[in-house]
Amino acid sequence: MTTTAPAAAKVPAALRRQRRRRNLRTLAFLSPWLIGFSVFFAYPLGATVYYSFTRYDLINPPVWVGTRNWNYVLNDYPALWQALRNTLWLVVVMVTLRVIFGLGLGMLAIRLKRGSGLFRTLAYLPYLAPPVAATIGFAFLLNPGTGPVNNLLGDAGLPQPGWFTDPDWSKPALTLLALWGIGDLLVIFTASLLDVPREQYEAAELDGVGPWQKFRYVTWPAITPVVLFAVVTGVIQTMQYYTQAMVAGKVASGVIGNSGQPFEPGYPQGTTLTLPQLVYQEGFSTFNTGAACVISLILFAIAMTFTFVLLRRRSGLLDDD
Amino acid sequence: MAQTVTAEAAGVVPPPAPARTPAQPHRRKRVLNWIGVHTLAVTALLFFILPFVFLFLTSVMSDKQALTSHLWPTSWEWGNYTEVMRTPGFGTWWRNTLMYAGLGTLFTVVSSLPVAYALAKFRFRFRGVALMLVISSMMLPPQVIVIPMYIFWAKQMHLSGTLWPLIIPMAFGDAFTIFLLRQFLLTIPSEYLDAARVDGCGELRILISIVLPMIRPAIAAVALFQFFYCWNDYFGPQVYASENPGAWTLSYGLESFKGAHQVNWNLMMAATLLVMAPVILVFFFAQKAFIEGVTLTGVKG
Repeated sequence: MTTTAPAAAKVPAALRRQRRRRNLRTLAFLSPWLIGFSVFFAYPLGATVYYSFTRYDLINPPVWVGTRNWNYVLNDYPALWQALRNTLWLVVVMVTLRVIFGLGLGMLAIRLKRGSGLFRTLAYLPYLAPPVAATIGFAFLLNPGTGPVNNLLGDAGLPQPGWFTDPDWSKPALTLLALWGIGDLLVIFTASLLDVPREQYEAAELDGVGPWQKFRYVTWPAITPVVLFAVVTGVIQTMQYYTQAMVAGKVASGVIGNSGQPFEPGYPQGTTLTLPQLVYQEGFSTFNTGAACVISLILFAIAMTFTFVLLRRRSGLLDDD
Repeated sequence: MAQTVTAEAAGVVPPPAPARTPAQPHRRKRVLNWIGVHTLAVTALLFFILPFVFLFLTSVMSDKQALTSHLWPTSWEWGNYTEVMRTPGFGTWWRNTLMYAGLGTLFTVVSSLPVAYALAKFRFRFRGVALMLVISSMMLPPQVIVIPMYIFWAKQMHLSGTLWPLIIPMAFGDAFTIFLLRQFLLTIPSEYLDAARVDGCGELRILISIVLPMIRPAIAAVALFQFFYCWNDYFGPQVYASENPGAWTLSYGLESFKGAHQVNWNLMMAATLLVMAPVILVFFFAQKAFIEGVTLTGVKG
């Protein structure tokens, strides 16, 4: 297949036929994805670009408006910047804390001699809780009036924050929810920590180094690729952050779920707003389809940048093993 | 800290009993270590488990008590669960969720397996490019393409108000599933496949009768992932099914348990636990496959 044209001409007819058959076979095996990729990825991506230059209310046919939507979103649309600021906050605080917490728990789990399996199972469970259910659960646990958490904080004489209802505490509350669902990171960190050769620890112990140096010079170099993977996928997931923020906002603001009552995402005061929620808001609540497509493309550009970083740093993903 | 102290202690030990004394501080250090590790472990477990406990306790409170700050139910109202299950719509949402998750999982696995096989075991010109596109589409937030997709399904296919716009695309391969299965397939030695080829076995037969039995754990893992993805999906049903309560799934319908006039935390928590329960049950039965899959996403490659 990699032979050049003149060489191909010399190839016997039988071999060429076999090659063509092999290519067709490859095509056949790939066909589900080829169709899926074109119809559910390439086409809509192109259409998003097209719609970003039109005014389209989903009822009347789209009207070309040039760069008006782009101008509007980039210059007169403060919600975009607020959503980006929120996302940056979540990346810096939530992703970092998740990685540190996951790593700490992993190191704890491999130190437990008995009960390690039980510990990991129980710590993993919250990750499985469906996001909507987990968020509603946390909205109850953290509700400022009667919630058990503030109840216990009050008993201990500690301040009782408003959590999901307080602009200063809404993102920390979401972070707490994200730390509860640490199971995915716990599993990959535990696996990679168990992969660190024991002899290296034994050698370090013989040299009489302390626990910090052991971590710094033995554990850390061995697990850096996995930490990097956790950070980058964490960032990509944060770009998609939607369900928890939307549901928490709805429940905490008192909007009765899907009763048709209007809900503007970001409650309280836009502090939980993210780009995907803006896409939904503009596309399906205010029917400003053009603006929704502009926001989609900004989201796309950011997500692809991080994907590129992931592929560059872990080119192993593309290797044949 | 404990270490430096014990090291000093070891240093000042008088020489007469050299055989016993080094063990003494060593043991104390081990005990301290044991206490520290287990205290942390128990604290962490409380953080993970207590929310479930509080949700459960509230779910069996009476309507009135659920509005107070009591932690322990005075009367155990198991009827809350039957009340939730009898709520109009709840049964329909169960059926819809099972249909979405069941069909979605089946379609995804069947359509992704041959693609993953080709990407792992065939040599062809654009393989690297294809793989990169698969990974890129895996990372794509679903919101990026939702506007044209909605227009396509609602305007051209007239399928809004149903779950089909979410199920049908799964018959055309899922990037994450393809990627994960490929990672698994790479671990199968090609000699097995070559041996079968020499015997004149076609690729499809190799895939079905040789490869498939070998990668059963991988199939189980990706099937579970996809099942959970569908079960948990909120955005999809919100976009395509919100207009028609008859097409809602559990994850989407759950919000409406908030009640029309006030928050019925007890019913809401009962419903929440009923939505969590199946996922957790499935996990206990298929724990090994699941953990293997999660590990593979992050550690291999």
